[in-house]
Amino acid sequence: MGIELYLFILLVFLIVGALIAVETKNLLSSVISLGAIGFGLSIAFLFLRAPDLAIVQIAVEVVLLIFLIRATIGRDVIPTKGHIHWAGLLIVCLLTVGFFAFGYYAFRSLNEFGTPIISAVGNAPSNKYLADGLKETGSANIVTSILLDYRAYDTLGEATVLFAAVLGALAVLRGRAWSKREKDK
Amino acid sequence: MNGMTVIVKTVTRWLKVFIFLYGIYIIITGHLAPGGGFAGGVIIACSYMLLTLAYGKEFTLKRLSLRAGHHLDSSGALLFLVVALFGLGSGGIFFANVLQNRYPGAKFTLLSSGTILISNIAIGLKVAASLFLIFIILSVLRIVLVEDGSQKMIQEEEEE
Repeated sequence: MGIELYLFILLVFLIVGALIAVETKNLLSSVISLGAIGFGLSIAFLFLRAPDLAIVQIAVEVVLLIFLIRATIGRDVIPTKGHIHWAGLLIVCLLTVGFFAFGYYAFRSLNEFGTPIISAVGNAPSNKYLADGLKETGSANIVTSILLDYRAYDTLGEATVLFAAVLGALAVLRGRAWSKREKDK
Repeated sequence: MNGMTVIVKTVTRWLKVFIFLYGIYIIITGHLAPGGGFAGGVIIACSYMLLTLAYGKEFTLKRLSLRAGHHLDSSGALLFLVVALFGLGSGGIFFANVLQNRYPGAKFTLLSSGTILISNIAIGLKVAASLFLIFIILSVLRIVLVEDGSQKMIQEEEEE
């Protein structure tokens, strides 16, 4: 049991944090509870023995909190008014129940908690990565050897997405800043 | 944005070096310990964000201008692509780890994994410069509500 109990407590904490983030009226407390969810997720990654993901999660969460607090500070949320659409609510409830029923049967077909799925498949590529990763790439960290050697093409795509995102943000946001600087000259 | 109080400025003056150094450590030892280019790049960008929040935008832009950020971002992406094309040219396979195949280093040492170290440095450079650029751009502009309820983008200086 052990680690499953800790994970269960963490998951309940995450779900409560998510509900607070959605339901609270104050925008700043919503952002802060979002940060609590991120840090809880990073602890969950540590319990699941994934320190690489935990480091990335905690660093990205700090940056995200700075961005969001900087964007939302001193601003009030405008509450949406209007009557409840009962038909829409009914459809949403039905879809949620269906989703949970499907998820229950899908997760029952998985292996027991803690046994990797690759152990059920004999000649999965992951087995080769784990067995020969250190010998072939010389990298002691298997995650890095997969990210930057076996599956480096994926990482190139990820870097391209980040590059395009920065280009888009700069193109959209810098127009007025540039025009003002030229006016000063 | 004129920066924060003298307490925050003093703490930042001492802390920024250690945060920067920790980011470099995470990048350099990405193939030996948990971490890697992405996490280290985010931590390095964090040190610049701390500097911006504590001292103000002009202080940071004097040390690392937007143009320098652009060049760092592009050179990181280009270095990663050069590693890939280097593998294609001399190994026959896109992203082939040529250095490790030809000159394998001793295991568990810093120079043990050939091009993985170079790729980590390239990705760290790229991620750090990208996040720094996005943060600076977002702190220059800010969206406010004007009288008739619509939203308008203004600059920080105009608001005060």
